[in-house]
Amino acid sequence: MRLNAIKYYFREAFRAIFRNSWLSLASVGVVAVSLLILGCSLLLVLNAGNIAANLESSVEISVFLADGTTTGQILDMGNRLQAMPEVAQVEFVNKRQALEEMKNNFGDKKDILAGLEEKNPLPDAFRVKTHTVDQVAPLASRLESFAGVEQVRYGQGIVEKLMELSRWVRAAGVGTMVFLGVASVFLIATTIRLSVFARRKEIGIMKFLGATNWFVRFPFLLEGMFLGLAGSLLAATAVYFGYYSLVGNFQLSLPFMQLITDRNVIIPMLEGLLVLGLAIGAVGSLISVRKFLKV
Amino acid sequence: MIRLQNVTKIYHNGVKALTDVTLYIRKGEFVFLVGSSGAGKSTLTKLIYREETPSRGQIVFDGKSVSRMRPGLVPYMRRKIGMVFQDFRLLPQKTVTENVAFALEVTGASKREIKRAVPIVLKMVGLTGKADSYPDYLSGGEQQRVSVARAIVNNPILIIADEPTGNLDPETSWDLMKLFLDINRRGTTIVMATHAWDIVDAMKKRVVELSCGKIVRDEQGGAYRHEA
Repeated sequence: MRLNAIKYYFREAFRAIFRNSWLSLASVGVVAVSLLILGCSLLLVLNAGNIAANLESSVEISVFLADGTTTGQILDMGNRLQAMPEVAQVEFVNKRQALEEMKNNFGDKKDILAGLEEKNPLPDAFRVKTHTVDQVAPLASRLESFAGVEQVRYGQGIVEKLMELSRWVRAAGVGTMVFLGVASVFLIATTIRLSVFARRKEIGIMKFLGATNWFVRFPFLLEGMFLGLAGSLLAATAVYFGYYSLVGNFQLSLPFMQLITDRNVIIPMLEGLLVLGLAIGAVGSLISVRKFLKV
Repeated sequence: MIRLQNVTKIYHNGVKALTDVTLYIRKGEFVFLVGSSGAGKSTLTKLIYREETPSRGQIVFDGKSVSRMRPGLVPYMRRKIGMVFQDFRLLPQKTVTENVAFALEVTGASKREIKRAVPIVLKMVGLTGKADSYPDYLSGGEQQRVSVARAIVNNPILIIADEPTGNLDPETSWDLMKLFLDINRRGTTIVMATHAWDIVDAMKKRVVELSCGKIVRDEQGGAYRHEA
């Protein structure tokens, strides 16, 4: 591509932007708002995923041992559990500790449990954590067959519900994003179409003078990409500052909600927004110019 | 240089604009296309620079098939053709110089080439003094000269003029025809669709008459109407 042509493209693109300055401003605003909502839903999805992952990782399997299991057997089983690749953490709770914990959970009403010390009905148990939540169920069923194991319990049902919820949040987020993305493409397309329409006579002349389609298209492409980029820059800036101030407030008032603060996650997401803004502008303008090129 | 072989054009609305037209135009010729409105003159010119494609038949320009050309190559073919229209088709927001320069700009020519070529053609059409005027402040004859300047600035091998004098008074028309003659003498082929019978009669060039989409007459040094 020759330098003269490039200069021409930029000159024409910026002329068009300032010629329709109000319309340009409107489409920048529309892209900014769409991408802002997009950015927010993206953060929502990321955080929902993060929280779900945190909850998932706290799911544990309780392996209750049969009465009369010897210390040797217990040690042996502990070693076997620790050697399993899917096992992240193993904790042994003997029946006395279990009773203490139960008393603590009962709080004021722990008198109910008085007298159980002599004939403690609670079994010894292992508490096993896996690396991922989908390893829980298969591991649990394997552990049931172990010698000396009386019962295996984990949050059956709760785990499945949790996974379904996080899938649902993800799907809803993706749906919102697709919808807003398409909406912004059409709004940019409308802006560029007006710009193209204002210059349709010029385009016709260019075509019979022997301009290539790309020569005609390029200024509009640049115009669209610039509008898209300007809108996405606004949105990314707003998302960045808005989110970090929100995170600051959350950590003070709701410390147990673990929001994503890692800039290695947030910055690529914002870069993604910018690329998306450019793409929206490009696609929108190509859609509008297409039908005016058939001369 | 231009060959139409059994060309038929039927528009999408079913109108049959040309029927089995065969025509050969040599390099350096000056050809008038005459005939009443709707006879197919405009369609014939549009087929040559491929604003339209033929429904049947073959068109060859400068050794290449126009009808079967890849769309990507059409712009490069059009750069060899200068177009002049009845309604001038100038850009009102550009000056005379900028309008002429536009023809070079769209081909990606450098600023230096443009600066060199534009004054030469403006001098040729006698508009040096109006270089910085806007089209709306020019007379019809002057505007048409600007469009001729724009048509020739690329050094085309063919000029297609679709009723170039249609909006001009007789005297201005004659000045313009002298300009076209001048361009033709330098070796550029000219195909001109026109209703100006007095001009056709006086110039004694090749005349191709169309009627209802068919060539009914093709004679050298002919007149607008066939002398019975």
